[in-house]
Amino acid sequence: MSPKHSNKSDVHPVIKLLYDKTFRSIMYQVLVFGGVFLLGWYLVSNTMANLERQNIATGFGFLEREAAFGISESLIHYTPESNYGRALLVGITNTLKVSATGVILATILGTFIGIMTVSKNWLLRFIGLGYIETFRNIPILLQLIFWYAVINRGLPGVRDALSPLPNVFLSNRGLYLPVMADHPAWSWVGIGFIVGIIGAFLLRKWSLKRLEATGQIFPHLSVGIAVIFAVPFLVWLLFGAPTAMNAPSLQGFNMRGGIRMTPEFTALLLGLTLYTTTYIAEVVRSGILSVSRGQTEAATSLGLRYSWVMRLIILPQALRVIIPPMTNQYLNLTKNSSLAVAIGYPDLVSISNTTMNQTGQAVEAVAIFMTVYLSISLSISYFMNWYNKRMALVER
Amino acid sequence: MLKKLTSTTAIAALSVTMLASGVQAGATFDAIKSQGYIQCGVNTSLPGFSAPIDGVWQGLDVDLCRGIAAAVFGDADAVRYTPLTAAQRFTALQSGEVDVLSRNTTWTLTRDTALGLNFAGVNYYDGQGFMVRADLGVNSATQLDGAAICVEPGTTTELNLADYFRAQGMSFEPVVIENTAEATAAFFSGRCDVYTTDMSGLASARNVDAENPADYLILPEVISKEPLGPAVRHGDDQWMDVVRWTLTAMIEAEEYGITSENVDEMRDTSTNPGIRRLLGVTPGMGEALGVSEDWAYNIIKQVGNYGESYQTNVTDLLGLDRGLNALWTEGGLMYAYPVR
Amino acid sequence: MTTISERLMPVQSSVTKRSWRWMRDNLFSTPLNTLISLVCIYIIWNVVGGLISWAIVNASFIPGKDACAEITGACWGYVHANWRFLMFGTFPPAEYWRPFVAIMMLTGGMLLTMNRTFWTKWLPVVWIIGFIAVYYILAGGVFGLTPVRTGLWGGLTLTLVLAVVGIAFAAPLALILALGRRSEMPLVKVICVVFIEVFRGVPLISVLFMASVMFPLFLPTGVSVDVLLRAQVGIIVFQAAYLAEVFRGGMQAIPSGQYEAADSLGLTYWQKMGKIILPQALRLVIPPTMSTFISLFKDTSLVVIIGLFDLLAATRAAVNNPEWRPHYIEGYVFIALIYFCFCFFMSRYSLYLDRSLKKATSH
Repeated sequence: MSPKHSNKSDVHPVIKLLYDKTFRSIMYQVLVFGGVFLLGWYLVSNTMANLERQNIATGFGFLEREAAFGISESLIHYTPESNYGRALLVGITNTLKVSATGVILATILGTFIGIMTVSKNWLLRFIGLGYIETFRNIPILLQLIFWYAVINRGLPGVRDALSPLPNVFLSNRGLYLPVMADHPAWSWVGIGFIVGIIGAFLLRKWSLKRLEATGQIFPHLSVGIAVIFAVPFLVWLLFGAPTAMNAPSLQGFNMRGGIRMTPEFTALLLGLTLYTTTYIAEVVRSGILSVSRGQTEAATSLGLRYSWVMRLIILPQALRVIIPPMTNQYLNLTKNSSLAVAIGYPDLVSISNTTMNQTGQAVEAVAIFMTVYLSISLSISYFMNWYNKRMALVER
Repeated sequence: MLKKLTSTTAIAALSVTMLASGVQAGATFDAIKSQGYIQCGVNTSLPGFSAPIDGVWQGLDVDLCRGIAAAVFGDADAVRYTPLTAAQRFTALQSGEVDVLSRNTTWTLTRDTALGLNFAGVNYYDGQGFMVRADLGVNSATQLDGAAICVEPGTTTELNLADYFRAQGMSFEPVVIENTAEATAAFFSGRCDVYTTDMSGLASARNVDAENPADYLILPEVISKEPLGPAVRHGDDQWMDVVRWTLTAMIEAEEYGITSENVDEMRDTSTNPGIRRLLGVTPGMGEALGVSEDWAYNIIKQVGNYGESYQTNVTDLLGLDRGLNALWTEGGLMYAYPVR
Repeated sequence: MTTISERLMPVQSSVTKRSWRWMRDNLFSTPLNTLISLVCIYIIWNVVGGLISWAIVNASFIPGKDACAEITGACWGYVHANWRFLMFGTFPPAEYWRPFVAIMMLTGGMLLTMNRTFWTKWLPVVWIIGFIAVYYILAGGVFGLTPVRTGLWGGLTLTLVLAVVGIAFAAPLALILALGRRSEMPLVKVICVVFIEVFRGVPLISVLFMASVMFPLFLPTGVSVDVLLRAQVGIIVFQAAYLAEVFRGGMQAIPSGQYEAADSLGLTYWQKMGKIILPQALRLVIPPTMSTFISLFKDTSLVVIIGLFDLLAATRAAVNNPEWRPHYIEGYVFIALIYFCFCFFMSRYSLYLDRSLKKATSH
């Protein structure tokens, strides 16, 4: 509104003010913010009054108290003597454990199926697309419940466990695998593996430098992989090549020894992986399709081998398109792992749920697990923004 | 666009008012009276205590809800049941979703204080036990080292279990399943070696759910005290009185020998001042409690006394005798406070 | 590439010839490709063949479970015995026609809405009337219908109510949030950003826990909101946060020239958005919008965790019944099929709509 205009029409200053753009903007904001604030205040004060009147305990003091319930699987030391804080920490580590494993498996399987769906072979495409359509159109919770039921009711009891391979046992108590028996060599082999990875990385750097300087191609990939495996192998030989195994065997009620994947973990992992794979496959597929056909053809006509085309031309470009939606899928998998509560895997939500019941402090328990998920989500999206910016800079 | 947004807001407001017509008044006794029925939190499925049999809720805990409804409204059917899992029950009561929790719930100090509940009495004295498959060859709980044990989360059972194994120096693998039916199904499928809950719950699983009860063995050890009873929210004193005295009236009726069969006759002919007070022939009790004078008559007439309810629900269905739940005059713990 | 000899072939064999050539080009072009094709055929043969023999060839279609004692395949007597329970849940059996009518109205309404000829300004009005009608048909209490409280609604009826009402309300809410997030008013923007990011950052189950467990504590004494409504609102705000980001993506993709042109025409904010920006932006994001709707549909199954009796809960109850306990696979496969049909149909519709709108705008 220009001042000239408002002079002409003889309007009241209040009306004039109402039509002022800045004033209206401020007024809207005050109204919205005030509304949200009042609503929040109203809810909080109601909650306080309700808790007070019913004499329900409040505060986070319960985290220090003894939890006194057992948890079936844990990555960190936990006994019923531990406190609620530690029990929740067990929940967090269990959530991270199943999410991390799920992310790795879903990425591998998803990439594989994504590439299948762009294959020239019609049957391969059919299988890939059929898999995607089937598993993504069935709710994840139904899939989890289904796998858990199949493991629980479909597999034999622990005494009649299936043994598909020697020392591998599959029963409704889960999957038992043999591991190497404790020996000091194994920690050194692990260190050797890390050294091998660093060595391979340095080798790659050196070979690229040489490629740019002299134009000679050094097969850094195959040699690098050889280095990664050779170093730990040599360390293993150096320690006298221990081969003692810790194999599972039936003792008392259960299998003892080896490592074990519980039915709850297996069902959750299976469900999350199969479901998220469909989304990751779609992401990979659209990433590959986003690289224009001309580029592939140009590279092929230069005489590059298909594997080189994939590795040097398509994947690096596809990766830039793939990474943001892929991160979203990883976050979705992590959030979906909260459905563990339906099949009794002790993740963060299940343990919060138990805590909520034993202490009666629902508000605090829900607040804790929402905060944990929120911080995981926000920190990963923050990291990904940073990574995207870095990737964008690489563009030449 | 603006028009569309306005109409959206209108829909939202409309639907909220529509469904919020289910708004119930608060948890005070007056509010319950005006809503016309009792919202009762019960177990999802525990035959003998509360389970829908052919669509009708039946059991000892259900009878208590019906008794309360009979006392307040003179109609034992003025009850709506909310089936709750162990994990849902306290929040359901705290948040006002149910008016009374009659769901085999153990009276403990924490629940009475920090959880903001008030227990109105005990309608079943129980203890925690273990059930195993008979072919395991186990005959004592002390042989359970290393066993996988099915247990419902959020229960005292879960805590006692950990306590017991700690005290015995044994280890176990808890398999927590949040639903009685699912937990028993997991046990029967062999996922766990042991199922643990209150003795009554074990009997219920064994006699009602198992295909062949003889395949399963309940171990002799009772590892805890589980006084089970109805709970209400802290701060609803008058409402708690109604629940407490409904339970008391059912026990008192058994002490006097008043049954649903002979209650009319007793009311008309009895000269016992205690019976006359209980049945409202001598007025005063109902008024003190804030209900009609024939409150206890309605309970007994429509639901029966404690012994009758126990007989049909627990003894006939689960094959459990009275044990601790016999009247104090017969060596049990059931003891009615004087109605006067 | 046709050779001379092929051109000389008689016409009638050209179909076999062509399909043979197609197979040679697509499946057996190189030895490696041939090997892959053979492996694929083996896998497909086993999986599809196994499914067919389980679900059809070796299955029993006779009502009742007695017929299933001898067979190795599926026992579809399960469906015969349980379909009413799966459709209507714990609704009083005498009143089954009411949820049936509700299901028909909701699916019929969805099908009609999918037809673009019905996209007029009357559509929201029709839906509002439809929702009110569905509510009263289910809840009763008017025209002599017996009141049925929401706690008894269940099965597919409940799933459809949650999904359709969820979609109908999440979309407008998402639009408001997306506009708010792109608003130039800092306070409005901050509120929308916080709202969107918080709901996108937590799992749906935590929102449902909030709605079912904590929300009643937020209200003053004496006021309580039906648990079904609370769960419904939880689903709506959760999916609206995701949908808001989808819409925002569409608005971002509109070139700034369009905004400037609208401004220079002197259009108000609502005219600019409603007439110029949103019609283009929403058209761009049809596939992700539909996939959010599909997610919403699938995610309604989570209400089983807070104790509502939806299709999944009904199935769980049905297969925990000792009578049908051995046939749990049939139970889960059957509802998987129901969910699959709805979701698959929605995703096909999304492709069709995207294509037909692109065609409509491209010339």
